[in-house]
Amino acid sequence: MNKPLRRIGIAMMAMILLLMGNATYVQVIKADDYRKNPHNSRVLLDTYSRERGSIIASDGSPLAGVQATDDRLKFLRTYANGPVYAPVTGYFSLLYGATGIERAEDDLLNGSDDRLITQRVSDLITGRDPKGGSVQVTIDPRVQQAAFNALSERGLTGSVVAIRPSTGEILAMASTPSFDPNQLASHDTDVQQETWAALNNDDGQPALNRSVAQIYPPGSTFKLVVAAAALEEGANKETQVDGRPVITLPGTQTTLPNFNDSNCGDGQKATLQEALAKSCNTAFAVLADQLGPDKLRAKAAQFGIGQEDLTIPLPVEPSTLGPMADRPSVYQSGIGQRDVRVTPLANAVMAATIANGGTRMQPHLVQKVLAPDLQVIDETDPEEVEEAMSPEQARMLREMMVASEGNTAGGGKLSGVTIASKTGTAEHGEDVGSTKPHAWYVAFAPAEKPEIAVAVIVENGGDVGQAATGGRVAAPIGRAVIGAALGGR
Amino acid sequence: MGSPVPGAEGTPVSPASSTSPGLRPPTKRSTELFMLAFSAVLVTLALILVEANQEKELSLRIVWYGLAYLALLSITHLAVRAWAPYADPVMLPCVALLNGLGLVVIHRIDLAMEGVVMPDGSVWSPAAPKQVLWTAIALVLFIVALKVLSDHRTLARYGYTSGLLGLVALMLPGVLPSFIAPPINGAKIWLNFGAFSIQPGEFAKILLMVFFAAFLVSKRDLFTTAGRRVLGLDLPRARDLGPLIAAWAVGVSIMVLQRDLGSSLLFFGIVLVLLYVATERAAWVVLGVGMFCAGAVVAWRLFGHVQIRVQNWLDPFADPDDAGYQILQSLFGLGTGGLFGAGLGSGRPDEIPEANTDFITAVIGEELGFVGLAAVLLIYAVFALRGLRNALAVRDTFGKLLGGGLAFALCFQVFIVVGGVTKLIPMTGITAPFLSYGGSSLLANYILVALLLRISDAARAPKSAPKPRPQQPAIADQFTVMVERPK
Repeated sequence: MNKPLRRIGIAMMAMILLLMGNATYVQVIKADDYRKNPHNSRVLLDTYSRERGSIIASDGSPLAGVQATDDRLKFLRTYANGPVYAPVTGYFSLLYGATGIERAEDDLLNGSDDRLITQRVSDLITGRDPKGGSVQVTIDPRVQQAAFNALSERGLTGSVVAIRPSTGEILAMASTPSFDPNQLASHDTDVQQETWAALNNDDGQPALNRSVAQIYPPGSTFKLVVAAAALEEGANKETQVDGRPVITLPGTQTTLPNFNDSNCGDGQKATLQEALAKSCNTAFAVLADQLGPDKLRAKAAQFGIGQEDLTIPLPVEPSTLGPMADRPSVYQSGIGQRDVRVTPLANAVMAATIANGGTRMQPHLVQKVLAPDLQVIDETDPEEVEEAMSPEQARMLREMMVASEGNTAGGGKLSGVTIASKTGTAEHGEDVGSTKPHAWYVAFAPAEKPEIAVAVIVENGGDVGQAATGGRVAAPIGRAVIGAALGGR
Repeated sequence: MGSPVPGAEGTPVSPASSTSPGLRPPTKRSTELFMLAFSAVLVTLALILVEANQEKELSLRIVWYGLAYLALLSITHLAVRAWAPYADPVMLPCVALLNGLGLVVIHRIDLAMEGVVMPDGSVWSPAAPKQVLWTAIALVLFIVALKVLSDHRTLARYGYTSGLLGLVALMLPGVLPSFIAPPINGAKIWLNFGAFSIQPGEFAKILLMVFFAAFLVSKRDLFTTAGRRVLGLDLPRARDLGPLIAAWAVGVSIMVLQRDLGSSLLFFGIVLVLLYVATERAAWVVLGVGMFCAGAVVAWRLFGHVQIRVQNWLDPFADPDDAGYQILQSLFGLGTGGLFGAGLGSGRPDEIPEANTDFITAVIGEELGFVGLAAVLLIYAVFALRGLRNALAVRDTFGKLLGGGLAFALCFQVFIVVGGVTKLIPMTGITAPFLSYGGSSLLANYILVALLLRISDAARAPKSAPKPRPQQPAIADQFTVMVERPK
């Protein structure tokens, strides 16, 4: 009997060895895969049990912080003034992950970023509980609050992006309707689930960050790009352009009229300045056709339109000119319709570039990165991306925009400040004639020495419906934001 | 194991010393006591780690727990010293370490689950105090078994009785109404007596093993001689094989019908090994494995719950939040623990359902890492291989068969549960011997230890006091007798 018993012994050893081999596979070879698997909540729970860093505004006021709790997650994420800053901070949720700065700077906030390595080592030695680093954003609370109030007080759906032209710092990034990220950061999973369901069922899409994640037809604000392309080709403010009230697109029966079919100049010709100030569609459609799609696309690219991989560090939806496959589409693209689509951020960058003498600065949201002891460990330096137009061309375009502002209706005009602006009233949807247009306003001020560039969009006519124009609906918001930014001087 | 002592393992025992009544082989009881104390120290250290990592106040209380455990072990040790003095000195310390580690981990899971509301609405009730009580009862049972059963060969006389008892015990939860035998997690294998519940199947396994060993030993010669040769296999006569096959089939079918897949696999394997060892015919293994494969396919076709288990094994990510949840949490825990573990008390055992029973080795793997899990597996291996070694050394065939079978049973059970937890094989739901929470499993396994120690005692004890030979002087000293020369 001993021989089979010995064989059983060998089988037993083989079983133990098999188990150890498999344990090696699971715990050593595959360990990292399992550790990082999105279904594995252990790492997330560890993240929660560490004190997450704060998100603070440029003036030092806290936007997101933590509050100690006595449940197993140890720290509750809290957002001061949540809905106002939600597009910036995003949310940090146990069930639904994170968005905004919470996601883009997660490594730093949760303390795993390599820049915090010395901190971690010293925590280990001194036995302090490890903490995450903090992020100081470029947001100016006065500007952000003004933007949010201007949109939300009238119950508008839209977005405002404000940029400091000389540096590319994003001073405000508002999107309405908004939501309260505190609800999604709740440790009560029922509250999280209910909030999530409510956000997803809301037709107003409150969780959508319109500033960077939504693209819209830019309408007449795109005429600035066409004008810049024309200036590059040697045009100036006095260059004569088409002034007819209505034109027919080549090879089609489709007509393209000016606003209210009005004349531009004498009805045959107008100056480029007048055409921009009055936002003549025919002039810019013909101009676009004369320039051709390649030059348009090149000029737009210099303004950042068409860039695929922009992060601020939030990922930005690429803006685009569309295919522009035939001449009629080039005509229509020249007035920012057809397949031209831009984010509010892209339009703000365009205005900021003109304001900055034609030099485009990299837009950014993170000003400084701070260690848990608030020591600065990294700072964002302003970065020139490219010269979209010469300073001389930029000056001419600015003067044309000042004239345009003089022609723009709408309330909230500021005394003592010269604003350079361009409005847009973008038609969209299948039945172009009867949909409520998106109202745009891009501007910068003071025109002589710009400190802020702003892009405002109000979706679907805002509170005046089909009668909406950029000047009537969006301009007062832009002026309020500019006023808030300059008022502090 | 220290300096070589005459008669120690591996040192040939000279015939003179084994037969001479004056020089008995060492019992090694002191070695056992030392190792038991070492186990108690390790267990206490583990408890300190848990309390420290869970930020509980460290107090002398822990030392008292450790001393209490040592006291329990010491009493057990004294019983072994009294009633099985030649028993294997390593096996009991192995068990003490596993049992103690199990208690610490169960306590650790209690801390994690404190105040958690269970799916049925009740609040988590700590399992560790109950398991401590079960441990004490199990040790008492162990001592009683050691005392009552002074010779394992006595059991061979009760072969059919234990077989019958085993089958009845196995069947009991299945046939009794649900108020006393409630189905839990789909398996109807528990008997509920208010405050506590037992799993008769755990005891049935040992009873049935006694039956099979006794039966096979008594019919062993018939198996190999009488019968026909079919396809190169000597098949015994139906009347010789009948009872065995019947008991085997009934046992396995009951377990399958009760949805106790792990136990049925374990039982099937044990009987196969007993049959192989008794007949020394490898063909039985081939036949058995073939039958198992066929049975597995049939079960897979017939039962939805078998299909789910197999599906979870093949692709746990197919349904990560429901069917595959448990095995995934186990794998995540093991993976997150990695090579050295999160530290005892620093993992997240509350993420794994059934953490303190079937999945306790996953918790150990998470908190103590691969190193800790491998150590636990090695302790099991040492225990089982010592058991097997004693089976080899014992002189009677019944002891060999029962000892070998018990040792294999423990090892195979570890393979089934740890293999299931680490996704080597489909998860079948079975306890980890000595580690898992559960009274029946603990009691039954301590009976298994008692039997193995009894067999080892028989194997290592000197042959029962040799009959006093007539004193004869050496040849050289004999008187020379002058024999009359034949003429």
